[in-house]
Amino acid sequence: MIELVSAERCINCDLCVQVCPTNVFDAVPGDNPVIARQHDCQTCFMCEAYCPVDALYVAPFAERTVNVSEHELERDALLGSYRRAIGWSPGARAAPDQSFRLLRGG
Amino acid sequence: MTTSAARADVRTLQTDVLVIGGGPAGCWAAWRAAQSGARVVLADKGYVGTSGATAPSGTGVWYVPPEAEAREAALASREVLGGHLADRGWGERVLDQTYANLEQVAQWGYPFPVDEAGRQRRTSLQGPEYMKLMRKVVKQAGVKILDQSPALQLLLGDEGAVVGAEGVSRQGDAAWQVRAGAVVLATGGCAFLSNALGCNVLTGDGYLLAAESGAELSGMEFSNAYGLSPAFSSVTKSAFYRWATFRYEDGSVIDGAGSKHGRSIIARHLEAGTQVYALLDLANDDDRRYARSAQPNFFLSFDRVGIDPFTQQFPVTLRLEGTVRGTGGLRLVDAGCATTVRGLYAAGDAATRELICGGFTGGGSHNAAWATSSGYWAGEAAARFALGEGAGAHARSAIAAGGATQSGGRVLDARELTRAVQHEVQPYSKNLFRSGAGLTHSLTQLDGYWRTLRQSAPALDPATRQHEREAAAMLATARWMYRSALARTETRGMHKRLDHAAQDPAQQHYIHSGGLDQVWTRSHRAPWHQAAQPAEVAA
Repeated sequence: MIELVSAERCINCDLCVQVCPTNVFDAVPGDNPVIARQHDCQTCFMCEAYCPVDALYVAPFAERTVNVSEHELERDALLGSYRRAIGWSPGARAAPDQSFRLLRGG
Repeated sequence: MTTSAARADVRTLQTDVLVIGGGPAGCWAAWRAAQSGARVVLADKGYVGTSGATAPSGTGVWYVPPEAEAREAALASREVLGGHLADRGWGERVLDQTYANLEQVAQWGYPFPVDEAGRQRRTSLQGPEYMKLMRKVVKQAGVKILDQSPALQLLLGDEGAVVGAEGVSRQGDAAWQVRAGAVVLATGGCAFLSNALGCNVLTGDGYLLAAESGAELSGMEFSNAYGLSPAFSSVTKSAFYRWATFRYEDGSVIDGAGSKHGRSIIARHLEAGTQVYALLDLANDDDRRYARSAQPNFFLSFDRVGIDPFTQQFPVTLRLEGTVRGTGGLRLVDAGCATTVRGLYAAGDAATRELICGGFTGGGSHNAAWATSSGYWAGEAAARFALGEGAGAHARSAIAAGGATQSGGRVLDARELTRAVQHEVQPYSKNLFRSGAGLTHSLTQLDGYWRTLRQSAPALDPATRQHEREAAAMLATARWMYRSALARTETRGMHKRLDHAAQDPAQQHYIHSGGLDQVWTRSHRAPWHQAAQPAEVAA
């Protein structure tokens, strides 16, 4: 579930509010958006993919909330790691999709 | 019953085609309708580009070049699995349309990978990239997009044709009404808020909208697909479990457990409270190298908890994917994906996929091909209807079709109702392993919940109202599922009956269903249900 909107990184663009398919965030005029309905989060990671400054962190746990430390996430290069993996970070390139080399299905 | 159009705070739009649901099927429908000369509005309860099962995933595509041998193999490969219910004619149409549509996707600039021979390989799509592109293309075609705008009910004209829909905006709290000459439902299937990847927006909304207008469903017994995922995670990407061995906590291998054949054994263990672990130790070096680029999000969860799934075993679970990976949905009556209600069309997982898959689909490939094809056809047919017979529909009087579902005065606890429905559909003992007695018991519960729902009043707050409608749709879906499952007294496709363990050649037919207060089922033998099909015991 979504666990972090980094106050240090967030630029109040409210893109996460717009793109979240389950409407988890609320915009706050003049301030960072807030996680208003955490338990509606479906752990799909799409907000992270769209955040232009890697200010969001979705923990991989679908059913429980956890405490996260922004400092540790930064140290472990986890902020923005999904955006980098799909090639949406500035300068990042996604590795070409090699699905066709694997067996079909899924 | 009147619509809320008279209220001052309703945003009213007039258009030719309204598409509800903005996943791949909805985007293709909107694009094709616009290409066909129609004005189009596309409404999604989330955001067009992130909403639905495809956007956060990578998906295979049932993409087969038009070469006789390859096509024959593709069509034949699913016939036994699907219980001989699919139609080759529909299969061929979908293969042709998917081939053409992916050429279009390539022309739009999707970065398909290229192999050593310099050929683009079009058998898979990365969800975020694909759906971002579809949003762009749809906008460029002139489609008006309403994001964060759940539809709450359809509007019916004098002669019973669908002439639009109304809903709310979740951000801004305004109501909306769209009057249209035709409506396409592309709302996806129903996965009962089981936290399967991208599936919590898929709560059967379109089935309920359609059934309130008199539409029929088909194949709702094929609704008990469960997806493998790490126990802690939402990532129900099952493809890589072909490399898995399934184990007990001490590392010893569980006899007979497998991803394709042997899921029942995994379910039996989980049901008994024994945690099952997976280790992807059958992957070779190339597999390990290519897997990360094929499905980046498969590894995301593991990276974030510090597990290497190729060398460290991890706990797994099976999450209900219902009709998302099942094949049941709205019944289609012609090649343009019309439902049984005039002016109403269905595409993608909202529609039955029995026509190409029969009673079983093990993967996203067929659903992806179906979404692009059925979306294309539904958009085209809806545009033709709206610009012809349905022209001027917006000028006629209309009544809202959904008023009866909550027509009492009591307060409804939508979360409690959702939990109660989940309690009947999620347990493997009730839904994966079905029996006449178990289904009957569940239906008694579910029918009672429906009576309670009917006595409630809709909430005024838009967010609460939306949750109520989702709970109502899941409840209605569960009742069509289990009535259909009760009617199919055999084991076929993914539908397993403990009390009827064999396939019965006399039941090579579809089961249609519908109704709200009184749920009905009816068997229907299609012209293609004549093929030889041996009695088989399902794996």
